[in-house]
Amino acid sequence: MSVNEVVAGEPGGPAPAATESVSSRPPRSLGREAVRRLFRNPMAIVGMVLISLFVLVAIFAPLIAPYSPTDNSWLDQVRPGQYPGPSAEHWLGIDPLGRDVFSRIIYGARQSLLIGVVSLALGATAGIALGVLAGAFGGWVDTVVMRFVDIMLSVPGLLFAIAVAAMLGQSLTSVMIAIAVVNVPIFARLLRGEMLGQRGADYVLAARSLGISRSAIVFRHVLPNSFTPVLVQGTLTLALAIVEAAGLAFLGLSGSDPSAPEWGRMLTDAQETLTSAPMLAVYPGLAIVLAALGFTLVGESLREALDPKFRR
Amino acid sequence: MSLLEVRDLKVHFPIKAGTLLQRTVGAVKAVDGVDLDVEAGTTFGLVGESGCGKSTLGRAIMRLTEPTSGSVTLDGQDILALGERKMRAVRRQFQMVFQDPMASLDPRQSVESLLTEPLRAHKIPGGSAGHAKRIRELLDVVGLPESVVHRYPHEFSGGQRQRLGIARALVLNPALIIADEPVSALDVSIQAQVINLLKELQERFSLTYVVIAHDLAVVRHISKTVAVMYLGGIVEQAPAADLYKQPLHPYTKALMSAVPVPDPNVEESRSRILLQGDLPSPANPPSGCRFHTRCPWKQATKCDTDRPALRELPLVAPGHKVACHYAEDILAGKITPHDVRPEDVELVPAGETTSGTEAAADATEAHVAGGLTPGGPPGAH
Repeated sequence: MSVNEVVAGEPGGPAPAATESVSSRPPRSLGREAVRRLFRNPMAIVGMVLISLFVLVAIFAPLIAPYSPTDNSWLDQVRPGQYPGPSAEHWLGIDPLGRDVFSRIIYGARQSLLIGVVSLALGATAGIALGVLAGAFGGWVDTVVMRFVDIMLSVPGLLFAIAVAAMLGQSLTSVMIAIAVVNVPIFARLLRGEMLGQRGADYVLAARSLGISRSAIVFRHVLPNSFTPVLVQGTLTLALAIVEAAGLAFLGLSGSDPSAPEWGRMLTDAQETLTSAPMLAVYPGLAIVLAALGFTLVGESLREALDPKFRR
Repeated sequence: MSLLEVRDLKVHFPIKAGTLLQRTVGAVKAVDGVDLDVEAGTTFGLVGESGCGKSTLGRAIMRLTEPTSGSVTLDGQDILALGERKMRAVRRQFQMVFQDPMASLDPRQSVESLLTEPLRAHKIPGGSAGHAKRIRELLDVVGLPESVVHRYPHEFSGGQRQRLGIARALVLNPALIIADEPVSALDVSIQAQVINLLKELQERFSLTYVVIAHDLAVVRHISKTVAVMYLGGIVEQAPAADLYKQPLHPYTKALMSAVPVPDPNVEESRSRILLQGDLPSPANPPSGCRFHTRCPWKQATKCDTDRPALRELPLVAPGHKVACHYAEDILAGKITPHDVRPEDVELVPAGETTSGTEAAADATEAHVAGGLTPGGPPGAH
């Protein structure tokens, strides 16, 4: 494989018969190769642009947004059934409560990113911990952990979110916990399955026969080699978390402050004026779709770049 | 004294049933009572068809698969009695070379890390400078340039990867190397190079090898002693030349007769023993002699009731052992082969070529053709 590449890359070089030569190009780890492939994929570039845009907007929201998201000084311009559309002062118009829609969309990115990242971090950490536990020990530990995960899996996500909101009160924390808990079994099962597969691999047997300790085998060999799908899943989960957060906000579970700029809540509000001002629903919807699309594109490209089957 | 002594080694894998409360309903007897003696500095060849338990035997000796019972003595030390910590220390003394060099190397580990890891794990003195020197030596020994230290397994060819696998096995200066099908995943042209490398290393470092293979030619080329395994047990063991010249056990005879002769005239006329039926299930092995269900020399008594022990038949050559009740009679020609009629296989007279019922004959031939089919199902070509 590597040898052929070298021969093909050197016109007039030695004939391909020399099968035992060692290539002379700089060594490449699998990670570096994957990054190289990732940057060659236009889909990944589009995804990364979308993500960077989303993250930059979220971080620098106060600098980008022309007005405060809760400033309702334009209420006098609003008439029932008539809401000012895009103008030079208000790029995306004014909502029924007299607030600048563009500013609210910009600030909404903060909320989405925060919920997405925090819930992913919580869910992935717990899921990975459970997965490592089950995958590293196997046997009865595996059985116990996996039955626990199965129980988590059997609770519908939305129902759980409503239950958490009922217990902890409507707050951002409830939303994050709810989304995190839904993601725990996904990560746990994924990592556990991958680790169990790797545990029987020859290189693990080789490490054991060399007298390398059990924990070193798990953390230095099995875990790194099982982590690729988790990374991909993490990216895709961010997209899902953003959609889920919007969904929970749409149902009014996201927080007690109704004026907080939140894409999901903006959708709910826009619903009331859907016939007279449909664009008010389109803007937050589009924002949700683009942010989720960015993470999905990067996740899928990452999967391709890391999959050995695509490796040349 | 033997470097490696294996006594009555058994590896039984339990068959579990039941979803909630699992109970053991049987066992796959992958290795069922094996005795081995490997002298220091020699090569012990282990041949047998797929599923006969030869790889499991290798892994059980390494304690990578925990044996059910029996003993493994390495250099006078019973390794099955050791606790985990002591066992890890003893692992310096014996190493394994695997069949698939790609699978046996961690794809995320550079050559340097691959070879340093065992040195660190066993706290070999010398520090990083000493370790680096040792790695350069090793690479040189297996015929790889020093420049490869920062490379990753996927950047190498199959033969080079196997050289890395061998280098890794040598890092800790072991006395014994168990090579499980060391060349069967390689191109034929590379096979010879790797085999010659193994031979060269043996002379240089006075290594002892146990080579597990299904390729009779490879084993003959490098082994001093060869043992033939069938269904979890050794059926015959002899000095290599002797075994190939005068196989005593009916199974070995059939195996040898399947090796093609590179002479069309001989190939046309030589008699072949075509075994009937498939390898019986190791979960439910035949009573008595494991081979009696397929043996063309099967006799009315003893064969299906008493399991023959591996015994030395000194009348042929010293060290030639066979597990057959009637080995002497077969050798003397007192008993002749007869037809075997397993219920599920059509009848083909033993010693005849594939005329007539070709399908049935093919099925068995695949098992023994040119040595043994690696991992292939019966009838696969």
